[in-house]
Formats: sequence, structure tokens, C-alpha cells
Amino acid sequence: MAYPTDRKYTKEHEWIQVNGNSAAIGITDYAQQSLGDIVFVETPKVGTELVAGKTFGTVESVKAVSDLFAPASGTVTEVNGALATSPENVNKDAHGSWMVKIRLKNTAELNALLSAADYEKFVAEEAGH
Amino acid sequence: MGAKMVEFNGWDMPVEYPAAIGCGIINEHMAVRTGVGIFDVSHMGDIRLAGPQALAAVQHISMNDASKLAIGQAQYSALLYPEGTFVDDVIVHRLAEDEYLLVINAGTREKDFSWVRENTRQFDCAVENLSDDFTQIAIQGPKAVNLLQKLTDADLNAVKFYWVTRGNLCGLPNILMGRTGYTAEDGFEVYIPADEATSARVWYEVLAAGKEFGAVPCGLGARNTLRLEGRLPLYGHEISDTINVWEAGLDRFCKMEKTAFIGRAALGKARAADLKRTLVGLEMTERGIARDGYKVLDNGGREIGYVTSGSPAPFLKKNIALAYVPPELGAVGSTVKVEIRGQGTAALVVPTPFYKRPKKAA
Repeated sequence: MAYPTDRKYTKEHEWIQVNGNSAAIGITDYAQQSLGDIVFVETPKVGTELVAGKTFGTVESVKAVSDLFAPASGTVTEVNGALATSPENVNKDAHGSWMVKIRLKNTAELNALLSAADYEKFVAEEAGH
Repeated sequence: MGAKMVEFNGWDMPVEYPAAIGCGIINEHMAVRTGVGIFDVSHMGDIRLAGPQALAAVQHISMNDASKLAIGQAQYSALLYPEGTFVDDVIVHRLAEDEYLLVINAGTREKDFSWVRENTRQFDCAVENLSDDFTQIAIQGPKAVNLLQKLTDADLNAVKFYWVTRGNLCGLPNILMGRTGYTAEDGFEVYIPADEATSARVWYEVLAAGKEFGAVPCGLGARNTLRLEGRLPLYGHEISDTINVWEAGLDRFCKMEKTAFIGRAALGKARAADLKRTLVGLEMTERGIARDGYKVLDNGGREIGYVTSGSPAPFLKKNIALAYVPPELGAVGSTVKVEIRGQGTAALVVPTPFYKRPKKAA
């Protein structure tokens, strides 16, 4: 699949879409496919400090619990409440289902992340194609 | 078929089939509850006992009463250690006058076969390991009988639940078909020759015959959520070599009054003593999913037990679990907590099975 170019990606299969000093974070289509039916999303409260590379929540499928890793550091400003009642939205539209929005602490961190093209390559290798 | 595969007790098995073909754990689970699902369960083992003392041999190693079985009838049972704990659970089928088939778990194939052979030496009975001779396919759900009837000349309406028959299946003669399963639904398990060509042909024919009923292939993921809703034990979780029959709540399959069997003496002593733990059903009342191995706490936060199996239940749309707790804390209606990522999360002790299939209209 062609991954949207309006955002950057991590090797843990998160995406981060920047808008000025703020960013939305979610998981990629590859992640939702690997996980299978998503039944639970656990996100931190507004005001929580995220640290790049550290876990900030979990996403659960029927069979397994998976950590969410912060693509960048920042403070949580908004949480997607719809995912509490409809976690399956992430399966239906992973790139449209943001999980948290943060106020970025250090935009330079974004330079270390993967572009859509790099992420596509990474996923192709992971999937063994 | 593009399934996500996993290693399970030495077998490469599908966890779930692709969303692209209408599968995934939840869809597969729902197909079995409302229509029909197809499982390749060839990893299960098969031990045949045949000979003049086959019944005596089975009675010695199995806790249920096989003398009650008519030819063609089956029963759920278990093989026990002298301590009254589990070697394995098993379905005992009486195939003929002096011929019994034990269908056992995959992970315990070798252990069970050695156990059965060693402990039946004194009986005039041949013990054969037929596990590799059969491919076993489970067809499960309210429409299972409709599907299978399209492929066989045997009159399936005459086969009651937990009975078996033989007949022509997909052109193969004399195939054993049992009205048994591990899904808490109606259904059949069929045993066909294990060669690749036959197995593949029958698999695809069954799927094709099931299309009109919405049949989908189902993997281990759905197998687990289905059996959990029905409170069916899984070896290594609800039953094991350190858990006894009374703790596991399998009293009704243990016939203490029949002829002596391995484990009976210890069970007699254990029954007289107080039960230290009992298997209960939990339903999460706060947001969170209880999973295998999670601690169970009392309302004060003290550890009192553990979850043996826990998962979202796709049909019931609840998060459920089975757990061992002290009997005095496990009465239905009691509240406990399950520790999820360090946090005690509220749960209710509920009756089991969590799900019972609806009775078919006569």
C-alpha cells in the first residue's frame, strides 16, 4: 500500500502527523493488519508527558497486548474518546484514527523518523516480500 | 490460505484467517455461533485400545465410566495421575464391542501414549498410536449438520450429540464422524486418511459445501475464545499435573463409584479435605481485559489467585476469564479485582458456562 506522505513513521509502526507545534499520533495500517481485530485502546490522560521512544499506552487485539511507543516527545492535549467505545475504528481506518494529540517538545526529533517511502520499504522487508 | 501462523506444541497452525476472506478471530467466532466454521484439528492425537480387555484397560486409566458407553457413544473424561491430577483430558469413543478411541491433546501426544501403554500392560488389549494416520477436521456450529449432510450418505439426524457414526464422506468409504467438538456448539469431527492430497481435497470440499451457510475456515484464536465462552478446559491452563479434579470443577465426569481407576484413592482423600482453590468464572466490570496468568486480588488488593484463561468474548461482547481463587472468595456474585498492568481492575464472579447454546426447536 502507499502510505500517506503527510506524516512520518516509526519502526514500531506508529505514525505522527505534524500541524505546526502540534501533532496527531496513531498506528499504521500494517500494524492494524498484524494485530487483527482491535478490542481495546489504552491512552494516557491529557497533560501526560510523552518521551520519544518510550511506551505511552497499549493497543489490544483479541489475542495480544501491544505497547504504543511515542514517536516524539510532548504533552498530551487531546485523546480520541471514540476509541473507547469503537476500537475497531482503528482496523477500519488506521491512518484516519488518531489516538492522541500532543504539543511537540522538540521538533528536531522528527528528523529521525521514517518518510512514507522509507516506511513502505521497511514494512516490505518485515513482511518478507 | 494466507492465515497468520503460529507454533503450537510443535505444530505450525493458523491463529486466524485473513480479513480479506471474511475471517479474523471475531468473524470466525461469530460464524461458529451463528452458522458454521471449519477447523483443521489434526494436531490432536488418537490412541486406539482394542482387545478382549479393552474396556477394563480404559476403566483403569480414565476417570469417567466407560462401561456406560454403548457402541457408537462417546464421553468426556480425563486420564489422571495417582495424585488425582491431570495427565490430559480426553474424549473416549466406543467404536466397537472391544474397541475404544481416545482423542487427546496435541501437546500431550507422546506423554499420553506412553502413559496409556505403560498403565495398560496388565490388560489383554492392544494400544496403538494412530495420531499420524488421521487428518481431523472439525465442522462446528448450528449449520454444521446441514453442511456435513451434503457430503455424506450417513443419516446425521440419527446421530445424537456425543455419538459417532461411519459413512461415506466426500467419496471416502467408512469414515468415522463424531458429533463432538470444542466450541460449545453442535458440530462434528471427522477423521480422514492423513495423506496430503486427500486432506486438502476434503478441506476444500467442506469449505465449498459450507459457502451457502457462510462457512469460514477458523484458527486457534477462535478455537480458544469459543471454548472459553463454554468453560471448556485447556490443558496447561484449567487442568494440569498440579491441579486435581475437584479444584477444576470436573466432578460430574469423575465416577468415583465405578471400578478402581488411577487417581481415585487420592481424590477420595482430597474430597474429604477442604478445597484450597476452585475454578470460577469472572466478568470484567471495569474497562480492561483479564489475560492468562494475571493475578486475582481481593477488594483490599491482596493476591488471592490467578487467571487461567482470559480474553474478550466475541459473542457475549464482554471480557471474561476463568481463574483459581479460594472457595470462600469465589461465590457467584462476589467481587474481586484482576491486576492489569499493575492496576487492580474490578471483576464479578459469574456462573459458568458463560455461554450455553440455545436448545433446538424439536
